[in-house]
Parts: sequence; C-alpha cells; structure tokens
Amino acid sequence: MMELLNSKQVTTPKLFIIAGLLLLVTGMLWGLTGGLQYLVPGFLKQYLSFEKVRPLHVSSVVFWIIFAAMGGALTYLQQHTGRKIYSPLLIRIQFGVFIFSIMVILISYCAGVFGGREYWEFHPLLALPIALAWVLFLVNFIRSIGSFKKQPVYVWMWLTGIVFFLFTFLESYLWIFPYFRNNVVNDMTVQWKSYGSMVGSWNMLIYGSSIYLMDKISNSKTGSHSKIAFILYFTGLFNLMFNWGHHIYTLPTHAYIKHISYAVSMTELFILGRIIFKWGATLATAKKQFHKLSYRFLAAADAWIFLTLLLAIAMSIPAVNVYTHGTHITVAHTMGATIGINSFLLLAIAFDILNDTCQPFEPYKKIFNRGYWLANVSLLIFWISLVSAGIIKAKWQMSEQRIPFSSMMLQLRPYFILFFVSGLLLLMGFILVIYPLVKNQLACYFKKKTKENKQILFYPSAVPGTE
Amino acid sequence: MFSERQKIIIVTILVTIFTVYSISLYLSLPVKGKTVAPAVSKGKTLWQQYNCNACHQVYGLGGYLGPDLTNVFSLKGPAYIKAFLKNGTATMPNFHLKEQEINSLLAYLQNMDATGKADPRTFLISNDGTIKQ
Ligand code: HEC
Repeated sequence: MMELLNSKQVTTPKLFIIAGLLLLVTGMLWGLTGGLQYLVPGFLKQYLSFEKVRPLHVSSVVFWIIFAAMGGALTYLQQHTGRKIYSPLLIRIQFGVFIFSIMVILISYCAGVFGGREYWEFHPLLALPIALAWVLFLVNFIRSIGSFKKQPVYVWMWLTGIVFFLFTFLESYLWIFPYFRNNVVNDMTVQWKSYGSMVGSWNMLIYGSSIYLMDKISNSKTGSHSKIAFILYFTGLFNLMFNWGHHIYTLPTHAYIKHISYAVSMTELFILGRIIFKWGATLATAKKQFHKLSYRFLAAADAWIFLTLLLAIAMSIPAVNVYTHGTHITVAHTMGATIGINSFLLLAIAFDILNDTCQPFEPYKKIFNRGYWLANVSLLIFWISLVSAGIIKAKWQMSEQRIPFSSMMLQLRPYFILFFVSGLLLLMGFILVIYPLVKNQLACYFKKKTKENKQILFYPSAVPGTE
Repeated sequence: MFSERQKIIIVTILVTIFTVYSISLYLSLPVKGKTVAPAVSKGKTLWQQYNCNACHQVYGLGGYLGPDLTNVFSLKGPAYIKAFLKNGTATMPNFHLKEQEINSLLAYLQNMDATGKADPRTFLISNDGTIKQ
C-alpha cells in the first residue's frame, strides 16, 4: 500500500514541503544578512535594521520546520492508513492560509510592524489565521485516522504534536490579557512555559514522521509498536509538558517550576543512554543503508541528537545554566536542535516524499554528496564558533570587573567571522542537496501538465487524486 | 508491549497533571496583584512595537547584539538611558522617539529593574546543582 500511494503527482502535502524548502533557503539568506550585521555595525541599518532581519530569519526558518512537518505528517498518514485524507479541500485551505500568513508576516516585518516577542515577532492579529488553519489540520487529521485502536507510536506522536502545538500557540498569546502581561516576571514565566512546550510539540510531529520513515526503510513495523518506542514517547511527552522551566532558571519566578524542570530534564539521560547503548547497531545500519539518500539525513540527525542532547542536559542543570544562559551557547544549542536535528530529519522526510523520480537522480549524485558533507562539516564549525563565543561571553558575565559590553563584543569578532563563513558554506551545502530535489518536482509538475491523460498509463502506481 | 488500556491510562495521567499544573500556575502567578502605572504599560507596548527584544535581553532572554537591559535602570540611570534612546548608536537605530515615548520606556525599564536581579554573579551555586539568589 505504501508504494501505491507514493504518487508522482504534486499534491498539497508535497507543496507544503516544497514551500518549506523555499522558506529554509530564504530564511538562511536572512540569517546571513543578520550575521553580516554583527560584523559590520550599521550594515543596512537604515532600511533593514537587525530588529527586522532577526524576525525575518526566525519566522522563515520556523515556518520551514512547521510547513515540512505538516507536509510530512499528512503524506505519511495517508501512506499509513492506505486511504486518502478525509478532506483534500481542507488541506488546500490550510495551505492557502499558511502561505498567506507567512507572506503577510514577512512583509509586515519589512514595514517595521511587530508583535515584538520571541519567537513569534509578528503582530498578534496574524496569529488568528494560523490558529484557525491549525484547527483545520487537527480536524482533518483526526477524521483521517479512522480507528484509534492498535495504532503505532508515530500516530500517537503526530496527534500529540498537533494538539499540543495548538494549545501552546494559544497559550503564548495569553499576554494580550493585562493579568498575564502586567508584571515582567509573570509575563515571561507564561511566555517560556508555552514556548518550551511548543518546541516539544513540533518535535513530536517530526520524530513521529521519522519513526514512520525508519519503519519504511527497514521494511518492518515491529519497532513502532514496541514497548521501548512507547517508553521513549512517554518520556518525550513528560519532558514536553514539564521541562520548560530550564529557560527561566535565572528569572525570579516560583522555585517549584525550576525544581520540577531540573528533575524532569534528567529523565532525558535515559534517552541519551539508549543512544549510546544502541551505537553499535546504529553504525551497522548506517553502513548498510547509507546509499539511501533519505537515510543519510537520518544518520546525520542521529549524531546531532547525541551532541545536542549532551549540551541540553548540561544546560538543564541550573548550576551550569547560570553560566551558559544569555550567551551564544544557548544559540549553539538552538542551532544544533533546529538544523542538526529538525532540519536533517525533515530533509530525510523530504527526500523520501519528493524523490519519486520524474527524472533520473544519477547525474546529481555527485552534487548531492558534496552538499551533504559540506552541510555537515560547516554545521559543526558553525556550532563550534557559537560555543566558543559563548564561553567568552560567559567568562565576561561572571568576571569581577566587567570590561564594557562593546569591548567584549570586539573579542568575539573572530568567532563571528567564523560563524558567518560557516553559515555561508552551510547554505551552499543545503542548496546543493535541495536543488536536485526541487528540480525533480518541477519535472513532475510539467510532466503532469503535458501528459495529463497518459499519466495513469505511464505511472501505474499513481493513485489519481491522492492528497 | 503496553496494552491499549495502559497507554491510554498513562497519557491521561500525564495530561491531567499537566492541566492541573497549567491552571494552578495561571491562577497563582509568581507576582501577585500588582496593577501598573499607565506609563509602564505604554512603555511595554512600545518595547514590543519597536522590537527592542531582537537586540536586547531581559533576564538573559532575547537578542545578543546589545546588552541585557533588566537592571540597566539602576546600573546606569535615566539620563544615560535617555541619551541612547534619543540618538541610537552605530548599531542601534535612532527610533526618533517622542519625549513622552522615551519617558514611558524609562518607566517600563524602571519597573522591570524592580522585579529582581538578572546578573548571574549574584547567584549562589549549591552542590546539588541548584542555584539561589
Ligand atoms: C538593532 C539592534 C538594537 C535595537 C533594535 C535596540 N537596541 Fe538598544 N542597543 C543596541 C546596542 C548594540 C547597544 C550597545 C551599544 C554599545 O554599547 O556600543 C544598545 C544600547 C542600549 C542601551 C544602553 C545599555 C547600556 O547598558 O549601555 C539602552 C538603554 C538601549 N539600548 C535601549 C533600547 C531600547 C529601549 C530599544 C527599543 C526601543 C532598543 N534599545 C533597541 C542595539 C539595539
């Protein structure tokens, strides 16, 4: 059934992933612009000052993650059930609203209109269409699942991700009520409660699809029904719900929030332990499956999960966090998680879903290989440059006699240069791997246009009208 | 293998605790019953409208291009802050703020300053990995 539904048509879930890839590339261009502004003070200050460039970057790349996560889950849900989605029309509306929202959001930043809060720096009115489109997603998803009995772990994860994203997204707007907003400490407590869990929710969506993909690659369904799969899911859910306090260890908020977060975060050691324990098996599989393009990104993400989790667990210890908080070590962690884990997993998913070749991939193999390794090596350098800058800033923050902020920033300059250059190489690496993928989709699209009627004959595996 | 029932029970327990945790937090926020002066709310609105947070941090959260501003009011004083807000810097834009806007932002920064200390040097580190101020 899996193969049957892997149609070569450009369907709406595929459009989500393609639009996401475009957002990834433009978002990284904004990131580089921001990086330049660190190096050249006042660069573009008149028209696109950093307070505009930062949200342009953050929203673009966060929407890449969300778009691709939605596209992945919608495609795999249909492959899993072997049926079409409940309402293709709802998906199209969902897609239209999301595209409209992100366009308006990006334009509003350029015009200097802000909601002015991490991570959603857009005007709060623009949250409305996003929330509504998300409700459509939820309804469509639930109706499509059919029976909830005996579902593998990834269905649980998808549903958890969708429900909790909606909840945390709405929660992140509680600040519009003065009761929540009036005091800085109250405001920030609820803000980081919602964001901390929100990241957990999109991780649920992405990890769910990754597990589905691993099942598909290994051609076995036992993994996703196993006890360990569910134990890991429960651990993830537990952390999603209660570990958000590590964002605000230095905020004078309720002490219990911090203690709970500290204790709950340590359960991640179990996940870390499992990764180490399974290392041998992972390497063996990697050797066997490395020729599969989508598997390669799973393998890269595996290495990044290890590195990121190590750093995350360290930063969840308040005594360590008090040093790293407010420094670029936090940024390094975010980059490891969003690029090394989220983006690599989503690229694995994109390669599985979009690589239903309408043109041979062979001529692009070399480009792909170069891009893959370039992206991985430059991400590591990128990460190291941030950790190094963070260590210097941490020392500055803790020093008895602080030199002026601007002098400290000058000391970080070499690392910002390294950061910028590796960021540029990272973008090049990504473009090299994405290019053949998008080109293939264009080929599919035009084939469909010109051979509309013959399509069924040429591709007997295609199920017309699959969304 | 977990049975279907066990899975549902585990998730239900987690969701229930999470709901209670969330609601009890909403009902008993860390700082109670403080209404703020209109200038402070206005200052906060301006802070968000100009997206100061993209470059500056509050309690170590926010952007990295400029310094943390949690306690800038008591550390540097209103006149110093005013100079920055009036002129901007090489990196920080001059927002061409009106006198009243500057005063609101000052009121907000003063209010923020009074909520606590963000300086990591003011924390005591215990052996069990926790910190205290
Ligand atoms: C584009 C980035 C950017 C934006 C946006 C920005 N600032 Fe700044 N700000 C800076 C930088 C960089 C400095 C430090 C300049 C230096 O030390 O050389 C600074 C310094 C300051 C200082 C002096 C802090 C100190 O300890 O010396 C204050 C106060 C300040 N900004 C307030 C604000 C307020 C209020 C806003 C929003 C209305 C704002 N800034 C928006 C970049 C920015």
